[in-house]
Amino acid sequence: MTPHPLLEVRDLAVEFPTAEGTVRAVKGIDFTVERGRTLGIVGESGSGKSVTSLAVMGLHRGATVTGSAKLDGTELIGTPDDRLRALRGRKMAMVFQDALTALHPYFTVGDQIAEAYRQHFGGTRKAALARAVDVLGDVGIPEPARRAREHPHQFSGGMRQRAMIALALSCDPDLIIADEPTTALDVTVQAQVLELLMRLQQERGLGIVMITHDLGVIARVADEVLVMYGGSAVEQAPAEKLFTAPRHPYTRGLLDSLPRLDDEDGAELRAIPGSPPSLLAPPAGCAFHPRCPAYAATSDGRCTGDRPPLRTVADGHRSACVLDEVTA
Amino acid sequence: MTTETLHAADRAQPALSDALLSVRDLGMTFPGARGVLRRMPGVRAVDGVSFDVRPGETLGLVGESGCGKSTTGRMLVRLLDPTAGTVAFRGQDITRTSQGRLRPLRSKFQMIFQDPFASLNPRQTVQQIIAAPLRAQGASSGEIAREVRDLVQLVGLAPEHLERYPHQFSGGQAQRIGIARALATRPELVVADEPVSALDVSIQAQIVGLMERLQRELGVAYVFIAHDLAVVKHISHRVAVMYLGRIVEIGDKDDVYQRPAHPYTKALLSAVPLPDPAAERARERIVLLGDPPSPANPPSGCTFHPRCPKAQARCREEAPLLTLTTRAQQVACHYPET
Repeated sequence: MTPHPLLEVRDLAVEFPTAEGTVRAVKGIDFTVERGRTLGIVGESGSGKSVTSLAVMGLHRGATVTGSAKLDGTELIGTPDDRLRALRGRKMAMVFQDALTALHPYFTVGDQIAEAYRQHFGGTRKAALARAVDVLGDVGIPEPARRAREHPHQFSGGMRQRAMIALALSCDPDLIIADEPTTALDVTVQAQVLELLMRLQQERGLGIVMITHDLGVIARVADEVLVMYGGSAVEQAPAEKLFTAPRHPYTRGLLDSLPRLDDEDGAELRAIPGSPPSLLAPPAGCAFHPRCPAYAATSDGRCTGDRPPLRTVADGHRSACVLDEVTA
Repeated sequence: MTTETLHAADRAQPALSDALLSVRDLGMTFPGARGVLRRMPGVRAVDGVSFDVRPGETLGLVGESGCGKSTTGRMLVRLLDPTAGTVAFRGQDITRTSQGRLRPLRSKFQMIFQDPFASLNPRQTVQQIIAAPLRAQGASSGEIAREVRDLVQLVGLAPEHLERYPHQFSGGQAQRIGIARALATRPELVVADEPVSALDVSIQAQIVGLMERLQRELGVAYVFIAHDLAVVKHISHRVAVMYLGRIVEIGDKDDVYQRPAHPYTKALLSAVPLPDPAAERARERIVLLGDPPSPANPPSGCTFHPRCPKAQARCREEAPLLTLTTRAQQVACHYPET
């Protein structure tokens, strides 16, 4: 066991130059992922959750990334691409939302997995194909030897997602970043894929970053949760705590606005007014203040001053609301 | 279909005298692709669907992709012509009416679509979009201007939005425009096909809340089509669950959600993750094997049998009919949950 955490991200920021000005998609976030644990990153469109994962993987195009992201002690930010390529797939791998665009339509599923394997381990094509059949079997694809010879379009949605997970696992990485891996799937198939990820994590001690807009999925798989809004982290807590005792007004609003299967009948949904902020012209101070009931009640100047940082509000629980009086 | 099964279907579905919309044995078979020598067999997207919608109520139509819920919704408003069965609006069969004869009735049933941007003309202003159905009904320009102003206010937009184009709005606002257009002709029924699934979570609640308020104020009935079981539970009075083109269970919301009688309904409900880690970990979960089958090649007997944890020999051979359970819901299963 090394003393380093598996993934340690510090003050990560991502900026995109656009015709209308610089978009600050991620404004300095911190998080840590340990082996065998799952960090859930939750947020709405434009919150910066996907950009964060791409920046860690070194897959951002045309963006300026600053800060630090260390995988098992190795710095990833600013590392030349050829060195990153040796880590990508081997030490860390990614699972995307849409398997049909992430997999190449022209090559068989088996060939694609074998190719990824040979990139890192070399060996014969035959040995790599055998490895591909093995991992396809591991992720619960029936008749893996036959399916390995098929093309992605011959797979159903759920099977394709399994194939992409197999591709990610082929080189036995330590970290998996899954960006909305079940969003395109039917709910019964989503349950299968989540079950699979959790089984693989247990068997291999994988660290997982699960990026999703679905709080139900977060509750199902995450040990730790990071809530993002307008490019910043607004709350970070153990999953249990986040759902039972949310501190940030945005997290609370999100939970209150969610229709739930276990709701009392006739319970009114309390919607958050307004829309998520524009990244081109973000509100001053706390990005959430124009929609925040606490700000509406106080008009506190601190909400519109500097962007509030995360502060510890309880054991292992951090929130970025200046109006939250820390009593602990 | 034999006389006996027809009888059984009749028993299960007594015609409601007060129904706004009565759907009986609705079916849609899409023609198969043309092969070298002959046409491939057709795809039965919807098969034998029957239900009623009462004035002012919401019927939720749930199911996974390919179950036929959207096809059903499109047939209800005659965007698709069914290949079997009838749709009656206030007792009048609209299934075979010519489009011309249908026009005066069209104002009474409208549709809201999933993608608000795809369903709004990008080259028309909000004013023009909402006025279009009124103009089609032959309203005067004075009436139209007044109505449009009222409608944008009703759905929570401001008068200054009227001169803007769809791309200048966020997804939630664009959906409000779609709703205003649907309500312009004062319909008694609105078929909403996944109206919130393209929206951010915090915006979904706004639109669901808006639709609920409009129902209270205007008495409009909804057929609310969605794959999200939690949203459907929130907005619906009654719920129909579809699987591979058929309704497998239909009943009052509370019965269907609290005491599901069909194994598929039960599995579907247990697959939805709850936003509560403690409950999630303690929960008994039925994980179904495999994917939903393709309607082009449906399994024999009960189409759910290959994935059903309770399937018996009979299920492979004989398709179950919708029958009344001991409670008020109807279920199509040989071995329903009790």
